[in-house]
Amino acid sequence: MTRQTPLNRLHRDRGARMVDFGGWDMPLHYGSQIEEHHAVRRDAGMFDVSHMRVVDVRGASARGFLRAALANDVGKLKARGRALYSCMLDGDGHVLDDLIVYFVDDGFFRVVVNAATAGRDLAWLRTLAAARAPGVSIAERDDLAIIAVQGPNARAKTWAALPGTQAATAPLEPFAAAAVGERFVARTGYTGEDGFEIVTPAAGAAGDWTALEAAGVRPCGLGARDTLRLEAGMNLYGQDMDESVDPYAAGLGWTVDLSGERDFVGREALARAPRDRQLVGLLLDGGAGVLRAHQAVHTARGAGEVTSGTFSPTLARSIALARVPAGVGVGDTVDVDVRGKRLPARVVKPPFVRRGKVLVAP
Amino acid sequence: MNLPADLSYTASHEWVRREPDGSLSVGITDHAQAQLGDLVYVELPKPGRRVKAGEAVAVVESVKAASDVYAPVAGEVLASNDALAGAPEGVNEDAYAAWLFRLRPADAGELAGLLDAAGYRATIGEA
Repeated sequence: MTRQTPLNRLHRDRGARMVDFGGWDMPLHYGSQIEEHHAVRRDAGMFDVSHMRVVDVRGASARGFLRAALANDVGKLKARGRALYSCMLDGDGHVLDDLIVYFVDDGFFRVVVNAATAGRDLAWLRTLAAARAPGVSIAERDDLAIIAVQGPNARAKTWAALPGTQAATAPLEPFAAAAVGERFVARTGYTGEDGFEIVTPAAGAAGDWTALEAAGVRPCGLGARDTLRLEAGMNLYGQDMDESVDPYAAGLGWTVDLSGERDFVGREALARAPRDRQLVGLLLDGGAGVLRAHQAVHTARGAGEVTSGTFSPTLARSIALARVPAGVGVGDTVDVDVRGKRLPARVVKPPFVRRGKVLVAP
Repeated sequence: MNLPADLSYTASHEWVRREPDGSLSVGITDHAQAQLGDLVYVELPKPGRRVKAGEAVAVVESVKAASDVYAPVAGEVLASNDALAGAPEGVNEDAYAAWLFRLRPADAGELAGLLDAAGYRATIGEA
């Protein structure tokens, strides 16, 4: 039995094609995935991401606990509302999940984790807290929904749709959040465009969604979310990284904070990590085919594999993230096995597209 | 479900139209394009290729997945619809206008083994 978000009825009434995603019944698209993709790049679209889990961490030692639990340093969050992207590692330095943590208030951090890994994350954090910070409480907030409104016009349309949100959220810098009544509004996202992620009580989610649509925000499914995040060079947990790789093999070394003596789970193992693999972007010639996860990549330094591949609606050609040996460089040509053919692809540095602009040379 | 009565169908979601010259136009059904979603790539056979019934002849790829297109009967490829290579979304817009390739059947009698609209409708579980 798949789980349903508070917006499930709205998706079905609108004729969305629904799919099982991590145990949740979610909209894949509402007609055309490509048109939804373009709506986000050019105007404003919204995604029901209520399957993602909000986890509230509270207690006088919440900051110290998260500094020990996460590979990035929550100590960097000085101002209330600031957000940080981090990996959570196991003792082998492998990636258990990637997440965003918000500094809400003294003794209160809000963590948003992936749907498919939420159960394991909660168990892991609770075990860790019991051992290291017994005063910290960890609460799963399944009473909340999340709507991501993304695109160059996303903020303006949100303000038009949800009265009272503008004053509190207009001053927000990227990667910052503010509480607005019962809503929690963050200037974050997973598309490479400006916008908000709105955490709202489940009971009010349908009202917010309907108001946003009336303000001209286009409903978009997980299909467009995937092509947008891939163009933006953002990893998807379970595809570009999982508990079999360390952050260095997943292009996430920049999120690991090794400054100082901070003792966090996985640090010791990371010190011994070989750093012999990297995540790169691949660009295929237009019209040649479509890169897909698990295709073999042949490089002058050895074998690799596509971890995420798709057709990029913005570039009108296929793009991918691939795990390849260290030493393969930007500008190199590699070969990819695409449905029985060996096709040349160019190595590029992600992102491919950000804020509506193509960032890779044609 | 849009299933023109004058076409024949296969259980693998191809439609087949008999042209006046005896050749066959082949495409994928409206049901198939809806399942695949937005098409972004097609790979078409070269004219002159001889194919067996059920042989993978073309590929259609959507944002989501790749899918083979099979020869409904044995024959020789006469033409492929190269206009689709630059505009694969044509298949989404009108699946029955967007033929992928044309075949000269080796044995016209083989056509009797194809499904009619009602038979295809039954295979996809539509009442």
